[in-house]
Amino acid sequence: MFPTPIEKTDAHWRMIYKIALPISLILWLIPLLAVMLTSIRSAGDLAAGNYWGWPRDFHLLENYTAIFENSPIGAYILNSFKVTIPTVIGAVGLSCLTGFAFGIYRFRGNLVLFFIFVAGNFVPFQILMVPVRDMTLNLGLYDTTAGLVLFHVAFQTGFCTLFMRNFIRALPFELIEAARVEGVSEWQIFTRVVMPLMRPAIAALSVLVFTFIWNDYFWATVLVQGKHALPVTAGLYSLNGQWLAAWHLVSAGSIVAALPPVIMFFLMQKHFIAGLTLGATKG
Amino acid sequence: MNRPAAMSGSTSFWQRHQRRIAPWFFLAPGAFMFAVYVILPIFQSMWISLYDWDGIGEKTFIGIANYVELFDDDAFYTSLKNNVIWLVLYMLAVPAGLFVALFLNQTVFGIRLVKSLFFFPFVLSQVVVGLVFAWFYDPSFGLLAQVFEAFGLKPIAVLADEDYVTYGIIAAGLWPQIAYCMILYLTGLNNISPEQIEAGRLDGAKGLRMLWHVVLPQLRPATFIAVVVTVIGALRSFDLVSIMTDGGPYGSSRVLAYYMYEQALSEYGFRMGYGAAIAVVLFAIMMVYITLFLVRMFSEERGAR
Repeated sequence: MFPTPIEKTDAHWRMIYKIALPISLILWLIPLLAVMLTSIRSAGDLAAGNYWGWPRDFHLLENYTAIFENSPIGAYILNSFKVTIPTVIGAVGLSCLTGFAFGIYRFRGNLVLFFIFVAGNFVPFQILMVPVRDMTLNLGLYDTTAGLVLFHVAFQTGFCTLFMRNFIRALPFELIEAARVEGVSEWQIFTRVVMPLMRPAIAALSVLVFTFIWNDYFWATVLVQGKHALPVTAGLYSLNGQWLAAWHLVSAGSIVAALPPVIMFFLMQKHFIAGLTLGATKG
Repeated sequence: MNRPAAMSGSTSFWQRHQRRIAPWFFLAPGAFMFAVYVILPIFQSMWISLYDWDGIGEKTFIGIANYVELFDDDAFYTSLKNNVIWLVLYMLAVPAGLFVALFLNQTVFGIRLVKSLFFFPFVLSQVVVGLVFAWFYDPSFGLLAQVFEAFGLKPIAVLADEDYVTYGIIAAGLWPQIAYCMILYLTGLNNISPEQIEAGRLDGAKGLRMLWHVVLPQLRPATFIAVVVTVIGALRSFDLVSIMTDGGPYGSSRVLAYYMYEQALSEYGFRMGYGAAIAVVLFAIMMVYITLFLVRMFSEERGAR
């Protein structure tokens, strides 16, 4: 193990480490802690200039009910779910199929096509912006969650395909050969042999795509305008303009907007990190 | 849509050629979506960049006039310069992430939770990160201002100052990016062969020498991915600029991604052709990195066969 395990060093170092660890953690998270604290302050506290001290009174319930009652943030969150969940299902589903095709079969153009998927995944969004917006307008899907979903599904399929293909490549190929000898059809090899083994990959991709799409801001501003379809990231930004200097509300709103992916992350941490660090170990 | 199973048995042609045709069935839906929404638009943007177009009316072909205009556009050069600053400074996330990972690669009580909390900023939306940091930088009551005052200095209005604004936004961007690099390195460190470390110790390697000669070579895959995602992150920087400054003051914090959006879709006008030309330039820069990535992946694939 590197660096040397702290319990093997002398008492002196162990002491320093034990003190340094919590201090560095607090420093690292200070921006976040400040937001949490502010989200339960009263307006009076902020007006009195108490931005960083301990709150004089706690307005946890008041602030959080206020944002739901006086702003469309509830609707924005619902919109985010309407965009995120179908995207996760669509992108993961499609990439199971493409990943299977690239991972199992040897055919002419396999690698070239696969590389196109990988490369497309890295392009700057701006090169897609004008044509995608135009196409969404022509389909009559501008300013709807469906328009966002279609684009997100297509784009995320690139990353998901890379992931699925590499995952399937790592499965023991003998399983597939054995099934073929038994006369199992290709479709059944996919559904009965490979799919059950892909569960961890599906879980990892689902949490990752969920987080990516939930946090998307660019496409939400390009493809949506009205509050009936606006996801919470873009919604929060517009609320920030309305709540000028009402930092207790902005903070409460930020926390509410951040909560779903945070919960997702803590519940499925192992899968999340496995997905994110794909390729960081082998090679 | 693709149910080869239903056909198997009924046609002998299908049975004989099943394995040749099946991959195309599996690929079709995903490839169709990807082609329509990602591959085709790239070429459409290149084509649109040769036109003068407001997004609604008629397109007028103007050849390379948009690119000629870019050549004399100060705002374009500011954005390009800022993109270079982003690229260079964003790279700090890689060594910083390594440093944090080394610091946290221990097995003391509660370390798992500490690691998750360090990773936390990455899970937040850039909108939230942007709002938090905008507030942090506020010259009248932000924490930064308070720290400055505590040292008897005059607070700087970071986001309103043409000289500091880009650095201020990059610092905000580094927060989640360091977390990302850290997690890549933690996973890498987890998979280092203990034998090699022991062998290094027996040879008397310690500290930095050990890190440089034994540990870093084994972390190369993690470093590669960290560099790739950081470059992409730097060139994609849009959210933070939009949230924290809208490109201001006086356009001094614009980056190409933001300037493109501003030209094509904001209140400054709907110049789709000109916006597309900016996007093409950004794409060309990104293409350098994409090519490097693919070349490396290709050599790995050949090694695997």
